[in-house]
Parts: sequence; C-alpha cells; structure tokens
Amino acid sequence: MANFYLDNKDLQYHLSHPLMKRIIELKERNFADRSEYDYAPQDVEDAMDSYRRVLEIVGDVCGEVIAANAESVDHEGPRVVNDHVEYASGTVRNIEALNEAGLGGMTLPRRFGGLNMPVTCFAMANEMVARADAGFENIWGLQDCAETINEFATEDIKARFLPRVSAGETCAMDLTEPDAGSDLGAVMLKASWDEEAGVWRLNGCKRFITNGDGDISLVLARTEDGTKDARGLSMLIYDKRDGGVIVRRIENKLGIKGSPTCELVFNNAPATLVGDRKMGLIKYVMSLMNAARLGISAQSTGLAEAAYREALKYAQEREQFGKPIIQFAAVSEMLKNMEAKTLASRALLYETARFVDIYKQLNHISNERSLEGEERQEMKFYNRLADGFTPLAKMFGSEFANEVAYDSIQIHGGSGYMKDYACERLYRDARILNIYEGTTQLQVVAAINHVTKGTYLEQILRYEEQELNENTSALGAELKELRKRYEEVVARVEALDKEAQGYKDFHSRRLVEVAGYIIMSHIMLRQATEMEEYLNPTKIFVKYASRKIAEAVSCINASETSDVELYK
Amino acid sequence: MEKVTKIVVMAKQVPDTRNVGKDAMTPEGTVNRAALAAIFNPEDLNALEMALQMRDRLGNARVEVLTMGPQRAADVIREAMFRGADGGYLLSGKEFAGSDTLATSYALSCALRKINPDIIVAGRQAIDGDTAQVGPQVAEKLNLPQVTYAEELVDIKEGEVTIKRRLERGAEVVVSPLPAVITVNSSAKECRPRNAKRVMKFKYALATSELSVAEDKAKAFIAERPYLHIVEFAAADVNPDPEQLGLSGSPTKVKKIENVVFQAKEAKSLSADDKDIEALMQELIASHTLG
Repeated sequence: MANFYLDNKDLQYHLSHPLMKRIIELKERNFADRSEYDYAPQDVEDAMDSYRRVLEIVGDVCGEVIAANAESVDHEGPRVVNDHVEYASGTVRNIEALNEAGLGGMTLPRRFGGLNMPVTCFAMANEMVARADAGFENIWGLQDCAETINEFATEDIKARFLPRVSAGETCAMDLTEPDAGSDLGAVMLKASWDEEAGVWRLNGCKRFITNGDGDISLVLARTEDGTKDARGLSMLIYDKRDGGVIVRRIENKLGIKGSPTCELVFNNAPATLVGDRKMGLIKYVMSLMNAARLGISAQSTGLAEAAYREALKYAQEREQFGKPIIQFAAVSEMLKNMEAKTLASRALLYETARFVDIYKQLNHISNERSLEGEERQEMKFYNRLADGFTPLAKMFGSEFANEVAYDSIQIHGGSGYMKDYACERLYRDARILNIYEGTTQLQVVAAINHVTKGTYLEQILRYEEQELNENTSALGAELKELRKRYEEVVARVEALDKEAQGYKDFHSRRLVEVAGYIIMSHIMLRQATEMEEYLNPTKIFVKYASRKIAEAVSCINASETSDVELYK
Repeated sequence: MEKVTKIVVMAKQVPDTRNVGKDAMTPEGTVNRAALAAIFNPEDLNALEMALQMRDRLGNARVEVLTMGPQRAADVIREAMFRGADGGYLLSGKEFAGSDTLATSYALSCALRKINPDIIVAGRQAIDGDTAQVGPQVAEKLNLPQVTYAEELVDIKEGEVTIKRRLERGAEVVVSPLPAVITVNSSAKECRPRNAKRVMKFKYALATSELSVAEDKAKAFIAERPYLHIVEFAAADVNPDPEQLGLSGSPTKVKKIENVVFQAKEAKSLSADDKDIEALMQELIASHTLG
C-alpha cells in the first residue's frame, strides 16, 4: 500500500508553508466559487484540507499503479501504428487511473472543469508522478500547456479546449525543428491563413516533440511570410480531432522510453491562433517554457527521491564483510549527500513554485480588474523572483538528479549495472533532465541577468534577516561569509569584463552556481530553524555548498582575462 | 421519469489482517483491533467497482453502500462515496454487537427490505472472518437468486444481468434475472481510485449519530446539503425480530482461538542433481505442498 504523498514528510512540510495562505486567497478570491461548485472550498483551512486530500490521491495512484507499471513501460515503449502513437499498455493504464481519479486540469479554473489548485500543488503531483515513472511524467505533466491557453487565449478558445484537458486529454508543445532547437527563433513551420475555411493551415516538420500525438498541441509556427526571426512566429493550437498531422517516427532514446518523442509532419493541418500574431516566441513560448522548466525541476526532484530511496534500501539490505554496507563510511557519506541534495532540490523547487503562484494569480486578476498599488508592487516583486528562481530550480534540480542517480548505481555496485534494479532506468531517465527545456548552459544564460541585476543578492540579504536559533545561528554566520565571497567575485568579474569582453560570459556558470548554492542553503536553514529534523541534512548541505563555492571562487580569482582567449 | 435502478453494495469495515505484526492478537487470543488499521474489506472494493460499472452501463442508476458496524464504520461509506458511490446507509446499534454470519445476514436483510434495491452486490468474503456466508445468506433470506464468485460484469440490462464467474477449474458465464445478489471475487477488476472532485464534495459527509455530536457550523453546513447526510438505521428502524439480532441471534460460538506460530523445525540439504530435485518434487506433491 505505497502512497508517495503519505510516505514523504518533506513534501507534506512544503505544503504547509505560510505563503500558501496568500496563494489560496489569490486563487480563490473571496471563495466566490463555493456558491456554484459543490467541490469548491469554504475558507483557507478547507482549501488546504482539500489540497492534502487530492495529493494523497495522487500519491496513491503513483505508489500503486504508476510505479508498478514503470518497468514494463520502459521495456515495451510506445509504437507508431498507422501514423499515430500507440502507448505502452502500462502507459494506457496510468492515464486511465489518473483520469478516474479526476486529476486532469489540476490548476485550471472550475468553470472549465478544473480543480483550481495552485501551481505548487501541481508541481507536487508532478514530483510524485516522476518518482513513480519519470518518463510518464512527461506525458502527464504536459497538461501545463493548458495553463498557457488559460493565460493568453480568448474565452471562446478556452471554453473549447480547457474542459477537454480537465477531462484527461493529453497535450503537447510543438516547438523544436531539425534546425531550431535552442535557437527557436529559427522555426520554419509555415502557417498560412485559409480565407475560405477561416482557419490557419500548418505545413512542415517538427522534431523531438514529446507526446507529439497528444490530443491538443500548442504549435510555434511562422505566420509572417518572408520573416526569418522570432518576430515572425505565432502560437497556434492544433486539435488532433481535426487531423492533418502524422507521426513519421518515434525516437529511440537512452531513457524516458515510455514517453513518445515524435517527428511530426504537418500537411495542411488546420489550427487556431492563440493571442496576438508575432508574439508566439517572444511572449507565449517564454511563458510556456517557464512552466515547463518548473515541471522539469519537479520531475528531477521526484527522480532524485526515487534514486535515493533505491540506494538507501539496497545499502540497508546488502551485507558485505558481515554487515550492511550502509555501515561503511564511504557508503553512508554518499547517501547523506544524496539525501541533502534531494532535500535542497525540493526546497528550491517549492520556493520557486510559490513565487510563480503569487505572480501568476495576480497576473490573472489584473486581466479582470486593475490592481491596487500594493498588489502591483507585489506582482512585480514576485514576478522578478519567479523569473530569477525558475532557471535555478531547473538547473540545480536536473544536475542534482543526475548526480544522485549516478551515486545510486554506485551504491548498488555491480548489481546496479545490471538491468535487475530500478537504478539503471533512473540513471538513463535522468540524463535528459539537464538537456531538454533548455540545457543547463541555457539556464545560466537566463540566470546570469539576475546575478548582475541583483535579484539573487537582494533575496539572499532578505534571507539573512530570517530569525535563527541556537542550532542554526552558526550556519547563518557562515552563509553571510559566503555571501561576501559572492559579492567579491561578482565585482571582480564585472570589473574584468570591462577590460576583456567575454570574461563575464566565461564565468557566468560559476557565478550562478555560487548564488544558487547560497540560496538553497538559506532555504534549508529556514527549514532547520523550524524543524530539528532538517538540522543535520542542512549542515551536510551547507558543507557541500561551501566546497562547491570555494572551488568556483578560487577558479574565478585565479582566472585572468587571457582565459577568455585561452578557452576559445 | 424513468425508474432509477438502485444498486446496493454491502461492505464491511475490517481490521487490516494483511500486514499482521506481533501485537495483532491479545493474550486472550482475540483480535487486537486497536493494533490493526480499520480498512474497507478488499473484496467489497471489487464489489463496489462492479456496481459502479453497472451504473456506468445503465446510466440511470444509483449506487449506495450498506454497512453494519459501529459509528466509525461510516468511514467505509465515505470511502465509497469518494470512489463513486452516490450515498449510503449505516446500520448501527448495540443490538447488533456480537453478530455471527447468521445474525449479520438477518440484520442486513431487514435493512435491505427497507431499502428495496434492484441489485445487491457484495464482496465474496471479509478478510477477518473468511466465511463467505453473508452474501449467500442474504440472498436466501430475501428469496433472491444469487451469483457467487463473480469476476466480470459481461452485460446488464433491464431485469437481467450477465456475469462471468471464476471457478476452481475454469470460468462460467451465467445470466440471472434481477433483483439478485452478486458476490464478487478479488480477481475482478480493482476498484477505481478516489476521485479528486468527489473527495472535495463528500469529505464532510456524516452519518446521523456523527452529526448529532458535530459542531453547529457543521450541522448547518450539512442541513443545506442533504447529499452529505449518510442515512443511519438503528435496529428499530428496520423492524427486526430482536431475538435474531446480535449475540442472541448467533448460534456460532467461538470455543477456542489458537495462535499459530510458524517455525522452521527441520532443514534438509540436497545436491543440485536432477534425481534429488525430482525426489523433492515428489515429496512436496505427496504432502500437497505443491500441485
């Protein structure tokens, strides 16, 4: 009777964060829905109770159904039959169970059949699904495409598509093409207006499309003839019921094998424009990508959780030299670090998700009425934090998941290299996390602005204001010292960048990492101050973070401007 | 208006005997209920699923759960509502205490006469008593046809149900007129999970006796929402013969309960050659451990 919510105290802790109250207020707006919907909450406490209960359902389906199917799905994988995707049989059962549980449209408004839950709760659900089967999370997590429709489409379009997502139909985001990967401005799929039929027509190819044969697809296409850059791109919805798209093939991948990664051919496929023309990449895809990145950090945390648990279980059971291997220092140190990274990854994920929730809800409200002065300030404040923290959560979460999965195999020894244990699947599944939805290197490009513009430093200073106790004050002092090192290296890099253009670019990952390690340490420290259970993992994480920071700082301090040329 | 088909699922709250620890029995040899979680009897969940499938196919039908037990057995009804049931009945009172299968089936049949369902579905047996008697006894008392060992709902239409039965040496498809009692095996489809919206809708549902001790706020809340009120029958509500209830209606008397402790008493080592293995196989087959 595995339940991935009830067996995870850390996840439950994050749901109880004080900011949840504000998020519920913004999400429920005077609890107006209660007169219309019998499942709407009466007050904050009632909403929290409902969130817990719904997450318990997710935990049950994950523990009982999805986890049990993960291995067979990995072996069986999806197939192309008559130009369309046929999922592995376990995938079909997973979708059926989640739909019976009514978990489509988790964040969508009730008027579209949704559950109207915060992004934070959706991220928690994604985390649990990924812990059960990371590849399946790709299919299910794509329901966040509906969030983008909800944010930017007209009421008509919303009413047409969103209830279907709530009923359990799957989504896809069709962005990548053979010559447009990280550089999406180069997308060439052509959209032309069909005057007679009154629809847009799509022609061309897409590649590497996750769940490409989903029911509802958001497509980035070139509506402006003759253009070559991002300004000619728009966002359109393709409805599978209309036909016109075939799946040419499914990629044969290293991992997440249950998730069909499709090559698509559009042949006069009808489509509906979302929002304004030419804003496809500049506005809508950016929003979509931010949601997707948060999804990947949830996927990463879930995978790290699974890999850590597999390793812990094995280390407790496997005996060598007459005792369980967990009793050997070399093994237990690895496990402690894996645990600390998993907790830190989760701490950063939900801190980010809460920022996103507040910003997104105020943004929704601003579409209905003009915000008060204070609300405008609040929206701006959280928007900046959400933008700054999302690439950090994606980057650290995905890198940590890889490290934890790597160590999980190491702890399994020779057995871990065999197909007999789940750790080998987790290791393969993890490898995509720091690549798709923007590689780690691209997350650095998004994050470096927040180093130079001070978003991170300001937030670190705010964290420093937190009240500590006798257990945590020494760690707090240590983090202040680390923050000074951070300010010094930022100052050095900015000064030298003026002498040698490209110097900042060269060190950007190191700067972002230093900021990220300090930020995660602070969130962990807050938890350790609230609950003693977090004290030891926090100490371990801060030690780990200090080592990583020391390495980055010494690298920057020893780096001359000539390095820019040296590494070219 | 077309008649609504009324499907009643008989369900029981049982101690979770599947994960028994060493404190599962009291020193006196009775079940230590405090040490075991109270759960929805597993095969009754299979029965609930079959009832929900009947409703899915019929369209115009209602699924209700009937359970007999103490106040906390209302949890079983709430759980069923979370998974798809429309409502339920709690049959509760000290008169029912100490019932064996005969008294239980008598009490349930009294309640069922009052409810007057078109179809009755139940799990084959409960994991605490393992008798598999209550379903069939209810059918006899109500003078209804019964279909036991049901594994799959093949078809259902007005006045008739087709069921696949799982038997020891194969399967059998039978057609039964309705009303009928159907008891369902664990090999039938697993019950669907709790549904998010249903959980949010029904989480405050209370049975009458729970409601009577609830806070005023909860009372007012449920008064506005009748679907949150779980019907509760006391003994007097179902017009029974008091002699046939509870202990006095229970001819079964437990003489003695023994704790069986499995212990490896003997060990045998054999070589890996075919002859030894063949000999072991023969021995295991002869002792009915295998085959």
